[in-house]
Amino acid sequence: MKAPDILYECPQTVAEAVALLSDDGRFCQPLAGGQSLMPMMHLRLAQPEVLIDLNALAELDFIEQVDDTIHVGSMVRYTTLLNSELIRRHVPLMSLSLPHVAHSAVRNRGTIGGSTALADPAAEMPAVLKALNAVIVAVSQSGPREISADDFFQGIYETALGDDELVHSIKFPAATDQQRFGFYELARRHGDYAMAGVAVSAQSINPYTGLRIIFFGVADQPLRATGAEAALEGSMFKDEPAILEAQNALPADEFTGDVGVSVDTKVQLAKVVLKRALLAM
Amino acid sequence: MSGPLHKFDQPNSYIGRSVERPDASRLVEGEGCYVDDLQLPRMTHAAFVRSQYAHANIKSVNVDAARALAGVVAVFTAGEINAEVSPYVGTLTHLQGLRSPPQLPMADRVALWQGEPIVMVVAQSRAVAEDACEQVRVEYEPLDAMVSARQALDNDKARIHPELDSNTAWVKDVDAGDVSAAFSKSDVTVVERTFQFGRHTGVTVEPRSTVVEFNRSDNTLVFHYSGQAPHMMQAIIARHLDFPEENIRVIARDVGGSFGIKIHTYGDEIATAVAAKLLRRPVKFIADRLESFTTDIHARDHRIDGKIGIDREGKIVALEIDDLTGIGPYSMYPRTSAIECNQILNLTGAPYDIENYRARGTVVFQNKNMMCQYRAVGHPVAMAVCDSLLEEAASEIDMDVVEIRRRNLISDDAYPCTSASGMKFADLSHQKSLQRLVEMMRYDQLRKDQVELRKAGIYRGIGLVSMVEVTNPSPMFYGVGGAPISAQDGATVRLDAAGALHVSCSITESGQGTNTILAQIAAEVFGVDIKRVKVTTGDTAHVPYGGGTWASRGAGIGGESVLLASDALKSQVLEVAASILQTTPDTLQIERGVVVSSADGSEKISLDELGRIVYYRGNELPAGVNAELIATRHYKVSDFPFVFTNGAMAAQVEVDIETGFIKVLDFWVVEDCGRVINPKLVDEQIRGGVVQGIGGALYEECLYDDDGQYLNATMADYLVPMAGEMPDIHIEHVETPTSTSTLGAKGAGEAGTGGAPAAILNAVNDALRPLEASIFQMPMTPERVLNALRVS
Repeated sequence: MKAPDILYECPQTVAEAVALLSDDGRFCQPLAGGQSLMPMMHLRLAQPEVLIDLNALAELDFIEQVDDTIHVGSMVRYTTLLNSELIRRHVPLMSLSLPHVAHSAVRNRGTIGGSTALADPAAEMPAVLKALNAVIVAVSQSGPREISADDFFQGIYETALGDDELVHSIKFPAATDQQRFGFYELARRHGDYAMAGVAVSAQSINPYTGLRIIFFGVADQPLRATGAEAALEGSMFKDEPAILEAQNALPADEFTGDVGVSVDTKVQLAKVVLKRALLAM
Repeated sequence: MSGPLHKFDQPNSYIGRSVERPDASRLVEGEGCYVDDLQLPRMTHAAFVRSQYAHANIKSVNVDAARALAGVVAVFTAGEINAEVSPYVGTLTHLQGLRSPPQLPMADRVALWQGEPIVMVVAQSRAVAEDACEQVRVEYEPLDAMVSARQALDNDKARIHPELDSNTAWVKDVDAGDVSAAFSKSDVTVVERTFQFGRHTGVTVEPRSTVVEFNRSDNTLVFHYSGQAPHMMQAIIARHLDFPEENIRVIARDVGGSFGIKIHTYGDEIATAVAAKLLRRPVKFIADRLESFTTDIHARDHRIDGKIGIDREGKIVALEIDDLTGIGPYSMYPRTSAIECNQILNLTGAPYDIENYRARGTVVFQNKNMMCQYRAVGHPVAMAVCDSLLEEAASEIDMDVVEIRRRNLISDDAYPCTSASGMKFADLSHQKSLQRLVEMMRYDQLRKDQVELRKAGIYRGIGLVSMVEVTNPSPMFYGVGGAPISAQDGATVRLDAAGALHVSCSITESGQGTNTILAQIAAEVFGVDIKRVKVTTGDTAHVPYGGGTWASRGAGIGGESVLLASDALKSQVLEVAASILQTTPDTLQIERGVVVSSADGSEKISLDELGRIVYYRGNELPAGVNAELIATRHYKVSDFPFVFTNGAMAAQVEVDIETGFIKVLDFWVVEDCGRVINPKLVDEQIRGGVVQGIGGALYEECLYDDDGQYLNATMADYLVPMAGEMPDIHIEHVETPTSTSTLGAKGAGEAGTGGAPAAILNAVNDALRPLEASIFQMPMTPERVLNALRVS
């Protein structure tokens, strides 16, 4: 399990990085925290010709507030997010989710941009981005481009990102006073990818309005449950019939199983995580 | 301490104390030397092209492109490697009827399991070797794969080995008493269940690792390996690569876990030795995690129909089991793959007084990785089947699970005795251990809490197990059947010129603290500070001949050999001292490195002074004194085939009935492993064993699809238990020393793994009982628990 010989580039600026990426002739792969890419390379599941190491790009390592937006650079590591007061105060759903992301050793290296660009359907970050209606800022030699999270995630390891683009940063709308968030996941062992998980945002919860309910670990991409959102809209917090109706309105057709886990089980677990997330908001 | 008062119970001794491990800081600070740490001049690195199919004809193999790659030293086809090896057969004569075709290291014309090596590449680095593997073209003709044991048994036409008349490797029957008559009595409640145990594997931190050096000038071969039985490997390599045995040196330095995974003959390791010989260069092969999952031996994988009959008083009147297991395409060499089934037949019901016992074991070939002996061979299956049937039966007649055990466990004053399956038991303490367990866990209070919590919709369960463990095996285990496996161990103890003690012993250290307990025994029996004891294990050039470390035999057998050798050396040293001091040996004693008067403890001569006299100034010794400051002794168990231990364990679990998730809240162990040499090491062995048992019960399973493709060969997909999910594991000891040795130590390495699954299974079913749901399949995954609840 050793990666094949590859070329390695370590650009010092984003401009250099996107210039390298624009090389059509070679299969270039950006390297962020490496917590998924390095094992995949050693398993020879990923075989890039050129590895473009982004770890020297200090300009992608920032968390800042601009008016009502929290702007997070793609090279910010999970541990930094976990310890960030700005994130805790203004992106509380992120803070709820981070303790479930692997273990501290992985969080010390893994980055928000890496997880976003990888688009593992079982990972927490894509669901959180989608629940928060975040905007992904991609950058290429042609300049920046903004992509909504709804449009960004397209399938297993598939995103709207072009071959010549990097995730530059992610913009989160700062939470309002009325907004509430819920997060719940079921993993066999703490830190594992979830068997089923859900990230929920609501403009208000009593009554429930403006819900975004996003499941992860149950389909080929973070899965929005609009039927469940509609079932809850307008009903009061913890209203049992509404929650039951929401549980029965999951997009089960789009669920997929895992090794040893049937779709039926995934649906059952999704119902449970939804209820538990809603009750804890 | 409940054993008889003994000289080891004196204060200031080492035996029975939690002595710190002298090697711990070296290992923790990263100064260990594992096989992959070896860097030898001109060393090369091996990688293997392995079969992608579970069963396929190999139509052609093209290695031209691989050979042409820069950095490739050699590419060997199966034919080239196999030509250097005489075939080996995984049968033993005492397992009557067991059959297995001859094996060779690599698949030449037909591949019989996914992962079987087909081509070996040797290159300047492992990465280049893997590059070359990608260039090898193998043309396969896929054949039907017999994946499940049932499929292999029922399908006599699609035979894995055309030369055999069926896919059956072995059938064994045990029939004691009159089982049918007992079941048919009118007052007998009969309970039948079918149990399934998933395949799992050992998952050592250090994978299987081999570096082989060949020296042509003297035709010697040095086999560095991460393993448990150096002398066995020496004999195997000598036999099958045609070397004089003395020309093979096997070295196992630091070993990062073994668990029984590393006592077998693996084709890739034998091929590594062949390559070193052909290339006259050192060759390193380190299994990667993918190779570990697909080619390290697997274990368990049993389907058992079980039946128990109890009378109105809860007394077991009969027990019957029918075990079907699939072992892969061959019986593993040299220990065979029938042993686990054999153990299950031997051990099911062994803690209980059962007169009528019938068992059938059927072992079949299949197109999966081979199964063989892994920690607690057969025990988790045997204990889970019997104790689950017992608790199910108790529930049928509404009897408490502790009470039904009290009525059936062999009484503590009944030893020696023989079980229905013919096992000889001595020095056990089932009743006392159960009593201690019930007190430790506050059983009655837990039952009360359980009832209250159920009212609140919280489903907790309590499960127990009473168990035996096979330890300290005699030659009756393997040697009697013709395997080059020694049941005896040897120790040499030597006093050096500075008064320090050097111990070399044929058992091995794989991280469990073997070397520490050997130092404790030598220091105490001989009489020096433990800091002055240096222990060598794991090198056939430097240790006496012996079996190594497996079947919980290290402390009991290797430890006893060190005790005997230390005692002998002490007598020799006292003789020399007496001659120097012009007195008689019986007036002298050795304490903390000084020869003292046994009458008043006054110091007579220090050992370093004695050493200097003997080694440097021998002229000062009286005429005729021939000072021998070295002694060697060997020991084997001869009175019994095995020295059994016993234990009682309990688990408390909570089942989330919405998700099927199981949380283990608490775990208790009362273990009787005879004399405890180092309580901390024994407790940690038991804890580690329990965790491995919980892994088997809840998490670990080697999953194959219907075509025999392995599905979960990464640490992300094959779930080993992690600290975060593990409960506190409370341990107490009953000490009933074995009368077979002076030391009195039995084994402790496998009890936790053997007992924990049964306790967890019983606890889960206890939790599910009010819902009229039950589960008899391990691992008990959320999906399986949910399915059980859906059925109910």
